[in-house]
Amino acid sequence: MEELKYPFDSAYILKKKKSLKKSILNKKENLIELKIAILSGSTIGELKNILEIFLLSYGIKPVFWEGNYNRFYEDAVFGIEEIKIFNPNIIYIHTNNKNIEEFPEVFESDEETERKINKIYLKFCQVWEKIKETLSCSIIQNNFEMLPVRLLGNQDTVLKFGKLNFIKRINEKFYQYSRQNSSFYINDIEYQSACYGLDKWFDNKLWYMYKYAFSIDAIPMVANNIANIIKSIYGKNKKSLILDLDNTLWGGVIGDDGIDGIKIDMESSEGMIFKDFQEYIKSLSNMGIILNICSKNENEALKGFEKESSVLKESDFLIKKVNWKNKDENIKEIVDELNIGLDSFVFIDDNKMERDIVKQSLPQIETLNINLPEEYINYLDRAGYFEVTSISDDDKKRNQYYNDNLNRNSAIKSYTDYKDYLKSLSMKCEVSEFNEKNIDRIVQLINKTNQFNLTTIRLNYDDVKEHINKNCIAFCSRLIDKFGDNGIVSVIMASVKNDIADIDLWIMSCRVFKRELEKTMFNVFIKKCIEKGVKFVKGHYIKTKKNNLVSDFYESLGFKLIYKDDLSSDWIYEVPIKSDCLSNIMEVIEIGKE
Amino acid sequence: MERNEIFLGIVEILKDIFDDDELEIEESTSSEDIEDWDSLEYINIIVAVEKRFKVKFSVDDIKNIENVGAMVNLVERKMSN
Repeated sequence: MEELKYPFDSAYILKKKKSLKKSILNKKENLIELKIAILSGSTIGELKNILEIFLLSYGIKPVFWEGNYNRFYEDAVFGIEEIKIFNPNIIYIHTNNKNIEEFPEVFESDEETERKINKIYLKFCQVWEKIKETLSCSIIQNNFEMLPVRLLGNQDTVLKFGKLNFIKRINEKFYQYSRQNSSFYINDIEYQSACYGLDKWFDNKLWYMYKYAFSIDAIPMVANNIANIIKSIYGKNKKSLILDLDNTLWGGVIGDDGIDGIKIDMESSEGMIFKDFQEYIKSLSNMGIILNICSKNENEALKGFEKESSVLKESDFLIKKVNWKNKDENIKEIVDELNIGLDSFVFIDDNKMERDIVKQSLPQIETLNINLPEEYINYLDRAGYFEVTSISDDDKKRNQYYNDNLNRNSAIKSYTDYKDYLKSLSMKCEVSEFNEKNIDRIVQLINKTNQFNLTTIRLNYDDVKEHINKNCIAFCSRLIDKFGDNGIVSVIMASVKNDIADIDLWIMSCRVFKRELEKTMFNVFIKKCIEKGVKFVKGHYIKTKKNNLVSDFYESLGFKLIYKDDLSSDWIYEVPIKSDCLSNIMEVIEIGKE
Repeated sequence: MERNEIFLGIVEILKDIFDDDELEIEESTSSEDIEDWDSLEYINIIVAVEKRFKVKFSVDDIKNIENVGAMVNLVERKMSN
């Protein structure tokens, strides 16, 4: 949806919300449904409708429960049973500085201001803790923005009884809580209101007449931020960039200007612009975003990265398509080689014609509308493609994983028999139960995996913890081979009742398809079934747009079909007395519970 | 700006907000005549009108708008100030 892309026209979105909603609903398929409760510190009003539009554009269909006006505390602390019936996946707490009941007085003592900080913090804490103990859902909490007026002028932010200072200290306490509690996320309206401009952010008329805490025109920006957090929690972030070269990563055209002529240094303002942009891209790569190149050029053009002043080096890019083929063809090849979904990519090219071709032929690829080079960073940053909600160790290593995979792919070409190739990898599979160290990655995999995913059930941190407290067989596996460590790549979770194990969830990262890991996992699973006295295993396949790969998976393992319709199938497997080995291609190491 | 131009601008806003091109609007049209016109939409209309004609209404102004015609009058007055 072009209309919802940064920098969007707020007035247009507000005015056209109904027709925007209709047209997204017409286009999008396979929406995931999420239940979202909004607790109110001030009028929610239009925020709900606009949030819905942004979420729909990310493929998420929200169902809302709206709390009573300015009753966020009472609704959570005394009315949690009602919210429990709704059973939300997400609770968003819509508060701002209008909800700070008590500010410090001028010349108040440090102890007294400290007491007031704790009082407000504890009030919010009570809300969060009540939610945490009753429900298993993620919480999104606004921090507090600055005030429109400063009694103490510039000292208001300095002195401990200054209101601005006071707000900053409460915010820090909120952040501390967020750092210590997974599934608790801050929606940073302090930053958003600053970007928007505080003078425009506060609209006294709207406050006094309708109790809107901030300007209606700012609602699309805030809604977009909340939607970004939600889409990130549910694994809908982008993963990879595809970049053009000339006038995208450096100034000028390398074919015409030569290596010495392209602008990427501190010598000119143009050079500085591109150097800064490269630095931003480099930081994204450090976060685990995969970089690729797609440029209409001679292969020679890559020499541009040899320039000493170039921040990015050729080795920072995983796949480089530098040739004269059409960009959409090159991009398709990149997507195939990486084996991640089309909707995980962002394409950046200064040339509008190239962008239009890609938009036309590969609409699932996000194409960044850029214009002036000095604004490239802003466009990319504000779009919120890579909103961070958790950084697992895997994110930090992702580039390495994919690089190892490319090495594997070139090794495969030297073997005629695939089995021989697999053997040559000397694979090791480390099986482990869930623990504090691996749970972030497990939750991430559960929410991100689309292709090898039998049921596409999405769970958050607390859901997973709840599941493993019951009688169950649940473990994850890490795959290591001679080219490197793939990290944790597969998870299986089954509930056990009497002598039946029911596989609720089984997923595997596309990084390790066709390595017989699934068979190895099943061997381990059956071994655990035998230990637990399980006689039968039930499996389910629930069809989505992306998981056709595993539609016959249970059959391939020897399960018998017991039910089938267009959208799903149920399977059963009788556990043998002694497990047959489906695959012995890799060594299995079981790691004890920590 | 001509009075009629202001009227047509407001009509366009109402059609957008209620997502209904067939909407029949006259100067006497008010919240009574349009089903979806609740207090939430009323604020949206006010904000959209302010933005479109680059004017700012006061709390006092908003209290006294009883129909589309009154809104046109208000915009006209604000624009001539």
